[in-house]
Amino acid sequence: MLKKVNAVLSGLGHRMIEGVWRVGAAGRLFFYVWVYLFESLKRPRLIIREVYATGVLSLLIILVSAFFVGMVLGLQGYNTLQKYGSSEAIGVLVALALVRELGPVVTALLFAGRAGTAITAEIGLMKATEQLSAMEMMAVSPVARVIVPRFWSGVISMPILAALFSMVGVLGGYFVAVPIIGVDSGAFWSQMQASVDFYDDIVNGVIKSIVFGVVCTMIALFEGYDAPPTAEGVSRATTRTVVNSSLAVLGLDFILTAFMIH
Amino acid sequence: MERTTVDLWVGVFVALGVAAMFGLALKVGNLTSSNLGETYKVTAAFENIGGLKPRAPVKSAGVVIGRVDNIVFDPKDYEAKVTLKIDKRYQFPTDTFANIYTAGLLGEQYVGLEAGGEEAQLKEGDKIQHTQDAVVLEKLISQFLYNKASENNKSDSTKAAE
Repeated sequence: MLKKVNAVLSGLGHRMIEGVWRVGAAGRLFFYVWVYLFESLKRPRLIIREVYATGVLSLLIILVSAFFVGMVLGLQGYNTLQKYGSSEAIGVLVALALVRELGPVVTALLFAGRAGTAITAEIGLMKATEQLSAMEMMAVSPVARVIVPRFWSGVISMPILAALFSMVGVLGGYFVAVPIIGVDSGAFWSQMQASVDFYDDIVNGVIKSIVFGVVCTMIALFEGYDAPPTAEGVSRATTRTVVNSSLAVLGLDFILTAFMIH
Repeated sequence: MERTTVDLWVGVFVALGVAAMFGLALKVGNLTSSNLGETYKVTAAFENIGGLKPRAPVKSAGVVIGRVDNIVFDPKDYEAKVTLKIDKRYQFPTDTFANIYTAGLLGEQYVGLEAGGEEAQLKEGDKIQHTQDAVVLEKLISQFLYNKASENNKSDSTKAAE
């Protein structure tokens, strides 16, 4: 009995120490990234290649899901709004929901699943096959050569993807509301333009997407860099990337929204 | 410098992103409708502005001709000083009437301008003399109830006198 309690307690303590240890390691990696951040801008070719891997290759999933999210918002919104006789307000509903919340958040979740896992697995495998150690042997800093270009690519790609998500989602909502349901096209756009503010809504959405880009990329990079150099270790790290990124995005979203809404 | 297909794709990607931002700003947001071109500013003092907010439209004959620039409380006269930004193309006489109206029963509030008959026209920094406050629904209802109640009292007392 006492042995069992002891095991549980020591397991708990071990986990907590492990957690603190990982936070410290993540802070150290973040510091290294900061050190090389602007230096690596001198080699844009590396960043462009990573933008292709994280941004361009994520386009398809982002655009398709944005269109469907917009269409669903249009259908659901119409269903409720028509009970109050204001089905023209559907444009406002779709646009505000997408620009303020769904655009940045869903993009970040998809981004963590599509690009974050790829980053983690790639860096984890580089570590497992000792490519990172080889770089260090040749006096090439793996942070400057591997980590920082990927960090930049995430920070650049996320706002672009989120803006595309919002725009395509609005078009999806338009597609359902105007040709299929028969809401007046002029009322759809004019009510939307009357209620969506450029600074309060759109710019705040962009700020959110930039923050999510930093967080998701950083988590993916750290999990890859920290992964045990085994097949199992890399697979676990990849799972952790998705779980931690999703939790971080949803939690941060609440905090950012609380700051933005007065 | 050697060009690769990756560069092309990244270029397309960034261009798409910029286009989406422009689309959001111009088609979804209100950046276009707030672009009035050249404007001039006039002020108007109201005793009660109700729910009027900065960036609310300024309309004349139902057409948007400007925006509310800012609203400050004037501690000297205990009035709200509202600055209106009006498109330079539209000139108004100095005895123009500024009213605060509500679009529909529950809609947003806006400033309506009704032109007067003077020859001289409003210039940058002028003050509109004739204003009418926002209608506060609670005030209206309480007034109505008060009148009703006093009417009833009167008829009761006349009955008692008879």
